[in-house]
Amino acid sequence: MSPDNWYLYELMFKSRFFEERTRQIWLDGGISGEMHLGLGEEAIAAGIVSQLIEGDAMALEHRGTPPMLMRGVDPLALLREFMGQPDGLCAGMGGHMHLFSPEKLAASSGIVGASGPAAAGFALAGQMLRPGTVSVAFFGDGATSQGMLMESMNLAVVWKLPVIFVCKDNSWAITTPASTAVGGDLLARAEAQGMKAWKMDGTDVEDAWRVAQAALAHARQGYGPVFLLANCIHLEGHFLGDGLLDMFRRPFYSFRKRILPMVRAFFKSGGAPWSERVASLRQILGFVIEAQHQTNRQRDPLVRTRRILVAQDGARLEQLESAIRVEIQQIVAKGLEPQGGE
Amino acid sequence: MMRTISFSDAIDDALGQAMALDPRIILLGEDVQGLHGSLFVRFGRARVRNAPISEAAFLGAAVAASMAGLRPVAEVMLVDFIGVSIDALLNHATKIETFSGGRWQVPLVVRTACGGGYGDGGQHEQSLWGWLAHIPGLSVVVPSNPADAGGLMLAALELGSPVVFMEHKLISSLWLDFLGSGGRDTVRYDVPVAGTRGPAPDRWESLPIGKAAVCRAGRDVTIVTLGVGVHRALAAAGILEKGGISAGVIDLRTVSPLDKTTLVEELGRTRRMVVVDEDYEGFGLSGELAAVVLEAGISFRYARVCTRSAIPFARQLEDAVLPNVERIVTACEELVGGRKDGQP
Repeated sequence: MSPDNWYLYELMFKSRFFEERTRQIWLDGGISGEMHLGLGEEAIAAGIVSQLIEGDAMALEHRGTPPMLMRGVDPLALLREFMGQPDGLCAGMGGHMHLFSPEKLAASSGIVGASGPAAAGFALAGQMLRPGTVSVAFFGDGATSQGMLMESMNLAVVWKLPVIFVCKDNSWAITTPASTAVGGDLLARAEAQGMKAWKMDGTDVEDAWRVAQAALAHARQGYGPVFLLANCIHLEGHFLGDGLLDMFRRPFYSFRKRILPMVRAFFKSGGAPWSERVASLRQILGFVIEAQHQTNRQRDPLVRTRRILVAQDGARLEQLESAIRVEIQQIVAKGLEPQGGE
Repeated sequence: MMRTISFSDAIDDALGQAMALDPRIILLGEDVQGLHGSLFVRFGRARVRNAPISEAAFLGAAVAASMAGLRPVAEVMLVDFIGVSIDALLNHATKIETFSGGRWQVPLVVRTACGGGYGDGGQHEQSLWGWLAHIPGLSVVVPSNPADAGGLMLAALELGSPVVFMEHKLISSLWLDFLGSGGRDTVRYDVPVAGTRGPAPDRWESLPIGKAAVCRAGRDVTIVTLGVGVHRALAAAGILEKGGISAGVIDLRTVSPLDKTTLVEELGRTRRMVVVDEDYEGFGLSGELAAVVLEAGISFRYARVCTRSAIPFARQLEDAVLPNVERIVTACEELVGGRKDGQP
């Protein structure tokens, strides 16, 4: 079998457009608290979720919208959940970080690394009750520093559990660069734990699909867990309103809010020598510049696939995109109605 | 001399004052270099250290670092995340001094943001101070305003034993901006302004840990509370006054050690206690407060306004679950309606 680019693009575009609308609702104040979107990592979700079958489980983190959508969870229910409405997916009780679908065996957690043990447990139940099914753990590279994730990898190896551990590597742990938070090589680390460990190009949905196909086959056949290291970008940083991205997007706001206090602190008596203080400021500047790489459209998986599809059939693509836009706009309009429609 | 300062700045300012004097004090935790940029710029990378998302490792390491001569301030971003690393506090920080026969101390401060009211869901908004204070040997500090926050941070650093210093997100502009608004001005939360900004001394002096503050004297009922609850209780007391009920408000400021003297004094007078506690109702601070006053031989009428369930994400449900002014007023009115001696 080979990947169906058109179908994968459809999944990705729907997720992208839905999350962009969600972003606007958050900006307008329709969603309280934090909002972590999967903008930029759609290819990883599409490559894997498109190949899941009935009985497969998903353990998600705080960024669960794309996999939920692609698994077939009702977008209106998701949107109403983000908005804390009684007709939301979980009656407005969980919000976007805590999405649950018992029908799809999909559970989320806002605790970093918690998808590891959850996926191991889903896989154990699958191994005993639904042979041939797998569970997928989605987590970021920051989570690889979390003990419970490393422990569950070992558990999955020694119990030969059918888990696909998917590390979505954007090279940032919240607002700390992975270069200063994650030691060593993650693939080598997983291999050393006794797992198959493969690279996935998370900016290329075809590659994501092919690697996922091999990993799923391995786990379904009972050979144990697989670790996938998928590079990706986060177009909106860690979450909406990410301070590092704001530095360029809202320079005046950021200057007043973040830079000015640091400048004052720079001149405060008592503390480190000037050279150390300069080093701190340079590091912050470095973080800000490095953070901008996350928004590099050259690494946007949708841009990449779109280029291929335009060459194949531009008219068909336009039609596909506009149909999805209409569908999502209608869902959003309905979602914004006071009673959720009906 | 006095100045006006925000709750979050007060804490970093007091910490900065102490760090300038004591090179052993370091700050470590997730994203601390960005979240506490002023401290990072002033004290540099060696003393303000970003940690991986490895709470069990860095909190456990902070315990031992404190035993070996440093004065670490370990920040666990949100208290909800402390579950991952609770072993460091439960089985180590609070056991070392006892197990070593008093020969080894753990001068550790754990900073952590707590509390809800900004729609972030029940995995990011818990209080858990009663749950932590249950562990013998752990001091738990919950300031309700900038002046207390700075003074108590200094006290925590001087204490010489493990302290959890809790910063309520609704009154901390740092945390509320980071997690609640994300730089938006399109969302509004019910923020008690008196907690967010206030007067502070130019130079911080430490406040006693374990000393409550009587924020408002009252004849008919004593509301015992802490954190954001203080501001909700004061608002309720204002409403009750118009209805002819004189309600006093005690700000505990520290959960452990608990200021039993102030409690017993006030309850001895009013004989009616309403506890306003954002932490969970069962088996926690609210029950403990009743127990210590009963142990002192005082009979009194009692009611509590606490959080009874997991905190829902939906704003309107969240507001109903967390202690709010309406629930406090009702609880006080019902209590004052009965007799003072505890008889029905």
